[in-house]
Amino acid sequence: MAVKPIGIEVSLAVAEAVKLCDTDVVAAYPITPQTHIVEHLSELVADGELNAAYIPVESEHSAMSSCIGSSAAGARTFTATSSQGLALMNEMIYIAPVLRTPIVLAVANRALSAPINIWNDHSDIMSVRDAGWIAVFAENGQEALDLTIMSFRIGEHPAVRLPVSLNIDGFTLSHFIEPIIIPEKEKVTAFLPPNVTDLKLDIAKPISIGLLANPETYTEIRKATDDILLASKDTIVEVFAEFKKAFGREYNLVETYRTEDAEIILLTMGSISETAMTAVDEMREAGEKVGVVRIRLWRPFPVAELKAALAKAKTVAVIDRHMVMGVPNGPVGLEVKSLLYGAPNAPKVFNYVLGLGGRDVKRSDFKTIVARSKSNDVQKSFEIVGVYE
Amino acid sequence: MIEIRFHGRGGQGAVTSAELMAQTAVGMGKYAQAFPSFGPERRGAPVTAFLRISDHPIRIREKVYEPDVVIVLDPTVMSVTKVDSGLKKDGTLIINTAHPVSALRGQFGFTQKIATIDAMAIALDILKVPITNTVMLGAFSKVMGQATPADVKEPFNHRFGPSLAPKNLAAFEKAYAEAKLEGE
Repeated sequence: MAVKPIGIEVSLAVAEAVKLCDTDVVAAYPITPQTHIVEHLSELVADGELNAAYIPVESEHSAMSSCIGSSAAGARTFTATSSQGLALMNEMIYIAPVLRTPIVLAVANRALSAPINIWNDHSDIMSVRDAGWIAVFAENGQEALDLTIMSFRIGEHPAVRLPVSLNIDGFTLSHFIEPIIIPEKEKVTAFLPPNVTDLKLDIAKPISIGLLANPETYTEIRKATDDILLASKDTIVEVFAEFKKAFGREYNLVETYRTEDAEIILLTMGSISETAMTAVDEMREAGEKVGVVRIRLWRPFPVAELKAALAKAKTVAVIDRHMVMGVPNGPVGLEVKSLLYGAPNAPKVFNYVLGLGGRDVKRSDFKTIVARSKSNDVQKSFEIVGVYE
Repeated sequence: MIEIRFHGRGGQGAVTSAELMAQTAVGMGKYAQAFPSFGPERRGAPVTAFLRISDHPIRIREKVYEPDVVIVLDPTVMSVTKVDSGLKKDGTLIINTAHPVSALRGQFGFTQKIATIDAMAIALDILKVPITNTVMLGAFSKVMGQATPADVKEPFNHRFGPSLAPKNLAAFEKAYAEAKLEGE
């Protein structure tokens, strides 16, 4: 029997997914706009609905430290944060992947200070871009819930054993009430095997984790982590396919929308993709050949899948939600230009920074971007959209 | 798709209104989304909330700039906020006020259809608190034909619990019975 959708705030749906996954440990510190997730989890634990250890730590640095410790002991581990909270975790964020400690971290994406700003962009997650975490971006509430469940299975998979960041746009996704199907508990339990590993802190079988690496071994250990991260793509594809079998909802590393004959492709990440699709529908009605390519998997970067998605495009407009200071490109723009460099018949690539610090991303912005991308002026291929002069 | 903007003051339940209506619509098998105008929440300060209801999946996350309906929970915000900003020409204002429509048109220059209801009186009578959100939802549901008292029962029960849900439903029903567009 099909489960009917309910109208629920996306943050609460993510917390409900963490409950359905029988998470063992939640260590978290509240910060806007992530707070509703851990608030609801704290209620679920206090009400006895989730049998987990809820550790109310005194800072995000301690939250991530606790998560690494509990994951190293073999516990299914979850935390959530935003912005400065992720920045304060930074030291420990870089440690989790190399120690091979699976953790699911929901990031309700918010701008980094300064100036202080509580609203949405992607600057927080981009600050830990290179740390070795698997990173996925949700487009809507259903996807946020589904990816929470899948993130545990991916991260804890014996071939992976890596932490996963689940990125949910702060407010514009996290605080929306929308229709979401909450799956049945039995189906989630059947989909998500127990978190079993020999690589854990166990008094009966002692091992050491996190030792000093000399110059003779540091490179090899970093490379081993990178190899695992790159190879995790196969497991992610496999888990997406298993999820479709179990729940009927299809997920791919890269999604395309009306790209078959598109001359200009808008390349997006996160919840603005929905607004972009509606803008594309409206532009199509006016005769524009436009489409959307959306990156769901940010790390490991889906090079082959993205190349295939962009193969026929003449122009690609890459949209970034973060400004890289000192370089005329955004982080996604840099990756896309890099993968297309030297490719035969490579499309023109324009790169736009849009929607920083909660500036509303509107359908009209995508229309502006499409109009600008008809230019041949490569010198003007990078633009921060909508700056008040 | 119908797009609605709520105007109220922090603490009066504008955000709750949008949420409850979205949950009602989803319960009726429609698609809906509700969200606040995000920012530091201060009791008493003017706030807005947004609601979209559609028969098809909604793939827009921008704010509502050209609403079909504007709902004013607190008449005092009309002096500090241009509540009809962007309202479609054939749109509708639903206003909590004890004043006649002609007085509102004179004072604020509204040109669209207007429905008024003395929501404060109903709230004080039935709920015993000056919170007008469920009353205004009753007026909205009637005037726009979006939901009936039976449709909101389950979301109200879930939101308000056994002691407050019946009172809020009664407030909704009273507004549902009384509200009508000017001239009807």
